[in-house]
Amino acid sequence: MKFDTPATTNPIDQLKVVGQPIDRIDGPLKTTGTARYAYDRHDVVGNQAYGFVVGAAIAKGRIRSMELAAAKAAPGVIAIVTAQNAGKLAKGSRNTAVLLGGPEIQHYHQAVALVVAETFEQARAAAYLVQIEYAQEKGAFDLDAVKDTATVGRSVAGGDVAESRVGDFDAAFAAAAVQLDATYTTAYESHSMMEPHASIAAWDGDRLTLWTSNQMIAWTVEDMAHTLGIDAQKIRVLSPYVGGGFGGKLFLRADIVLAALGARVAQRPVKVSLQRALMPNNTTHRAATIQRIRIGTDKDGRIGAIAHESWSGDLPGGRPEAASMPTRSIYAGANRMTANRLAVLDLPEASAMRAPGEAPGLAALEIAMDEMAEKLGMDPIEFRILNDTQVVPDYPQKPRSQDPQAMVEPKKALDPNPPFSQRQFAQCFRVGAARFGWSARSTKPGSIRDGRWLVGIGVAAALRDNLLTKSAARVRLDRRGVVTVETDMTDIGTGSYTIIAQTAAEMMGVPLDKVVVRLGDSSFPVSCGSGGQWGGNNSTAGVYAACVKLREAIGERAGLGSSELVFADGSVRAGARSVALADVARDRELVAEDLIEYGDLDKRYQQSTFGAHFVEVGVDAATCETRVRRMLAVCAAGRILNPKTARSQVIGAMTMGVGAALMEELFVDRRYGYFVNHDLASYEVPVHADIPHQEVIFLDETDPISSPMKAKGVAELGICGVAAAIANAIHNATGVRVRNYPITLDKLITQMPMTT
Amino acid sequence: MKPFTYEKPSSPAEAAAAAARVEGARFIAGGTNLLDLMKLQIETPSHLIDLNDVGLDKIEATDQGGLRVGALVRNTDLAADWRVRRDYGVLTRALVAGASGQIRNQATTAGNLLQRTRCPYFYDTNQPCNKRSPGSGCGAIGGFSRQHAIVGVNDACIATHPSDMAVAMRVLDANVETVRSDGSTRTITIADFHRLPGDTPHIENALEAGELITAVVLPAPAGGTHVYRKVRDRASYAFALVSVAAIVQPDGTGKVALGGVAHKPWRVEAAESQTGRGAKAVASELLADARTTHDNAFKVPLVERTLASVMAEAKAQP
Repeated sequence: MKFDTPATTNPIDQLKVVGQPIDRIDGPLKTTGTARYAYDRHDVVGNQAYGFVVGAAIAKGRIRSMELAAAKAAPGVIAIVTAQNAGKLAKGSRNTAVLLGGPEIQHYHQAVALVVAETFEQARAAAYLVQIEYAQEKGAFDLDAVKDTATVGRSVAGGDVAESRVGDFDAAFAAAAVQLDATYTTAYESHSMMEPHASIAAWDGDRLTLWTSNQMIAWTVEDMAHTLGIDAQKIRVLSPYVGGGFGGKLFLRADIVLAALGARVAQRPVKVSLQRALMPNNTTHRAATIQRIRIGTDKDGRIGAIAHESWSGDLPGGRPEAASMPTRSIYAGANRMTANRLAVLDLPEASAMRAPGEAPGLAALEIAMDEMAEKLGMDPIEFRILNDTQVVPDYPQKPRSQDPQAMVEPKKALDPNPPFSQRQFAQCFRVGAARFGWSARSTKPGSIRDGRWLVGIGVAAALRDNLLTKSAARVRLDRRGVVTVETDMTDIGTGSYTIIAQTAAEMMGVPLDKVVVRLGDSSFPVSCGSGGQWGGNNSTAGVYAACVKLREAIGERAGLGSSELVFADGSVRAGARSVALADVARDRELVAEDLIEYGDLDKRYQQSTFGAHFVEVGVDAATCETRVRRMLAVCAAGRILNPKTARSQVIGAMTMGVGAALMEELFVDRRYGYFVNHDLASYEVPVHADIPHQEVIFLDETDPISSPMKAKGVAELGICGVAAAIANAIHNATGVRVRNYPITLDKLITQMPMTT
Repeated sequence: MKPFTYEKPSSPAEAAAAAARVEGARFIAGGTNLLDLMKLQIETPSHLIDLNDVGLDKIEATDQGGLRVGALVRNTDLAADWRVRRDYGVLTRALVAGASGQIRNQATTAGNLLQRTRCPYFYDTNQPCNKRSPGSGCGAIGGFSRQHAIVGVNDACIATHPSDMAVAMRVLDANVETVRSDGSTRTITIADFHRLPGDTPHIENALEAGELITAVVLPAPAGGTHVYRKVRDRASYAFALVSVAAIVQPDGTGKVALGGVAHKPWRVEAAESQTGRGAKAVASELLADARTTHDNAFKVPLVERTLASVMAEAKAQP
């Protein structure tokens, strides 16, 4: 189905099932431990051996020698895979560093060996017997030190250009009545999902089956085939349940490659889970950024000049963190400049994590907006609304990217300033302000006290684009009247199973218990996968397309002609005639397959989601510890397919925003070139005690430009802007402006007077 | 994890004797720290002596009016004991500020005293650490040292002791009772129990090889207002950046111990005479010989401010 004109009324608009707060259909499986995650798939293939990964002990250099004899002789050891015996391996098109290092080492904890043994304990014990000598080389590990060597990145996620200019920023900024020129930093962060990267591999002749934990099934098949140099048709990947990904499982990683190599050498199935302590350095992370923001306004607060430059680092061949991207479209202003610059660092591979670009970018920009409002003596909300725009002020004519890491096909706008399909930006603030009690905010920072605590509230804007990408599904109707959906879409804890079931139930007029959803299998039609908040809208639109075809097939088989068909209560009706769906399929199952693909609506309109985050914090007047007291997110994100799962997505994202604001940071040892706090005891993410009352409001919205579902992505919107709202609340509470994340007490303590 | 042999004796004396018999033996009780370190190949005992059948799991009144806490009493049970809650509030508060409910259910009183540092260089076997690999150097000095010690440090080691409970024990003047492998017993004051790094940071306490803790004895209640304040980046399940255990008497005198600043619970009795002169005076005495890094210099003002807040809190309580 080609979607190239705005959606009109369709069966989804009935909202009998779609739009309802349905419990997750996979919830009971998860709460009873019967949803089997990759490493738990003892049932799928016998005789599984265990692999344990050995990570490089240096950041950069070469392996001089490897002594494997002791490990090979250890009890239970079956095989050891290294670059020497693994055969020729290519690098996956979406990877920056290779997944099995040696003799060259590109980063700390890069996998250099897999020890395969009868038991996990034997593999681990033997792995500690592997002796490796390295020739260590000097590397670049300090972003500050290499910042000036940075160049404009070749492109950013999505294939967009890394630099843009509109008008004459320098002249307009110089002439502006009120100016801000400030520099902000965001930290290196680790995805820290609950389930580590884990895979089981089994060969049957030249056919390879992989049970894994991954967000993007088709990418995994493609990059696995490329890496091993085998035919993609011979690979099957299954990932029906994923215990969190947050961008860390978008791509092929070492666990799955090593499992396949281990199984080939051991000649039996092998399972591998990356050890937790390896994850921050072995896998990908979010790059740290340095961001310079300049804003110039007239005396009334209208932005005339805005520039946002970002610097980050990555291994050679990597891409910049696209922190300045949201600044191209969030506020009006005639003269503008953005740049995403990239320096070479020999730290582990940087990549997508939890709203790449927007999350760190808005973390900085939205403090800058708060600072500007303060300079202008304006209310921060009024200042933002004054600079609202209904068209994209900076829309670079985007070239078709050759970048294989581009996650979606880049687009070229038909209009240099395309309108937004929907933009309830101001409405998010108005609704939120009323709900949160914004009018009670003290305009004098540091003036509200509650016992030990200095109390403040802050606000920030959220923006995240809605990305369109094709997505296919297959739908079956059997003689029990059961509708089965098959697509390689993944559910990474987001609720995909449930919204897909709701879509099929609505389209086919059956109750949810007559719908079966099967996901995460490369033998199913290729979906959009999960990432970039594109999963919900695109995958359900693909299911919609397949259901339209199935409806036609049912009408034809039932002999109902081409008249208007009504699907309801398990039957199909045309005029006075009604046939039960089970009867239509009594003799033979019906199968339909289709995909949604998009015309140029996303070139004629910019599709984005918007939000406003409100946060109240307390800062201990003595210790300077910050604790969040309450949070509110107001989101405008198209039709909400399931308010319950969408809310879960948003409160999870808000929690990640608390992490980014207050505690999450991978610390770099600048001598040895690695992230030092590489476990969950020392890399702190928020715990329950950190998360207070959270509220989410979804504005009533349908967006017929986006898809037949009239929905948009919503997940990552929930993190964008949260960190800045917290930073602004801390300023409101204390009068101290911190521009370096995370805002830990050491950054406040020298600036806060001691009062008890 | 290195393969090991295992036994489960049924009395403390047997356990101590077993430790003398096998070289490289270690006691295991709750296992909340030792097992993790074994999995990471940081601890590599050849033999484990499981203490879970030796008894030592009671809290009993002493003739001196205090409490004898068996070595195997779980952190949860110790924190919840009504006598502890009534007379030793600082201890209950310190215990519940540590770890998680599940870990406290498993962790024991003696094991808590013996837990090892959380320094990330100690935890990464690729890196130098004098504590894990004597003579290899200290990775934290010149590296990432935000959590690290600011007093009692030297060029060999700047690790902290991570326990909350031990800080409360220190301010309570607890005593550690042991049995040695020859069957003899002795009492070690909590002040003498933990060591500063010196030239041998891998030796962390006064126990001899094979010596087993049997109990920790609390003296008769000291009265006063008991406060334990733990400062950290997140609200739960994090080690202290700084913690303060304080017992403040109605006349303003008091006792103070610090966590998160040294290789051992940090107390300077001389500083306590300054309590009448305010937190600044006490803190400057406590941290007289502080030696900070770029990353942990904030702990100096943090100690003073936390102390001031704790003293104000104690004063405000009836």
